[in-house]
Amino acid sequence: MDALRGFAWLLLCQSAGELAARLAGAKLPGPVIGMLLLLVALNVPFVRRSVEAAANALLSHLSLLFVPVGVGVIAHVALLADFGWRLAVVIVVSTLLGMAATALVLRALWRRG
Amino acid sequence: MAELVSLWIYLAATPLFGLTATIVTYVVMHAVYERLGQAPWANPVLWTVLALVALLALTGTSYPAYFAGAQFIHFLLGPAVVALAWPLWQRRDELRRRAVPLGLAALTGGFVAAASAVAIGWALGLTPELLRSLAPKSVTAPVAMGIAEHLGGIPALAAAFAVLTGLVGALSAKYLFDALGIHDYEVRGFALGTTSHGLGAARAMQVHPDAGAYAGLALGLQVVLATLLMPLLAGAMAMVAP
Repeated sequence: MDALRGFAWLLLCQSAGELAARLAGAKLPGPVIGMLLLLVALNVPFVRRSVEAAANALLSHLSLLFVPVGVGVIAHVALLADFGWRLAVVIVVSTLLGMAATALVLRALWRRG
Repeated sequence: MAELVSLWIYLAATPLFGLTATIVTYVVMHAVYERLGQAPWANPVLWTVLALVALLALTGTSYPAYFAGAQFIHFLLGPAVVALAWPLWQRRDELRRRAVPLGLAALTGGFVAAASAVAIGWALGLTPELLRSLAPKSVTAPVAMGIAEHLGGIPALAAAFAVLTGLVGALSAKYLFDALGIHDYEVRGFALGTTSHGLGAARAMQVHPDAGAYAGLALGLQVVLATLLMPLLAGAMAMVAP
């Protein structure tokens, strides 16, 4: 029951987030505003107890949730194949550079601090 | 035989097919992944996607027919993003203390990922439209689509680039960090989430809870930073790829 109650809180926060995004014309997506709202709501003990169960259940299978989008992307890979190896080079190299830069900067700043 | 065929036609047309195929395939691929000691190359998302694409091709099922069932899983991405508040709340004190270094690292990493993609793509002679679709690829797919549209790119392509970037990060992060001598799970998770958003966070979550929490935080920071800096990004793109 806790997990279900927690799921209700997640959906409520997401709905409030979507509503806020619509009303304020904000560029932030509804779920992200919902996450910020939940961060505040978690200060209430009875919200916290039920959200824990739902959040752990959802997040432990987070990668499953990307499968439908992934199938869509690969199914349309013919579109990408036109640009071939150049796109592959761009995506692989820039991702590695971005990860390396983030990790090195963070490590350097933490060592100083 | 004819009966079997008509039964198959009935099943394939209901949402049950897409939903069952997705979950069953994932459960199998995840078991294999566990069995292989969570080797990055055995990534369950990658192999589930490839197996499902093959299944759709073999059975002649269209993507919309598949998605009729898979949408129930896809829908949960929204609540899952909201749920990322939980690991953040648990670590709220240390995150508050570390706000400045984390913010600087997110800004640097996001900039390097986007700028290097545009620069390399430009050097290789990609069209301005492609460059504009590549720029937001380190932001989670639904937001990347919105940003690409604003920059004058193609939203569908931007979503594809974002997903591919997520997969590349999830597959390569372990080797990159090992090579760089970065062993701290918090740093590894944060860097993976910064460039590879949800798919990176999903991998980080499987490796270690600290890595997962910091990856979730990084994902959220990229969304906020990219949204706030979008006008700047649009200005820069107008100069590089008019």
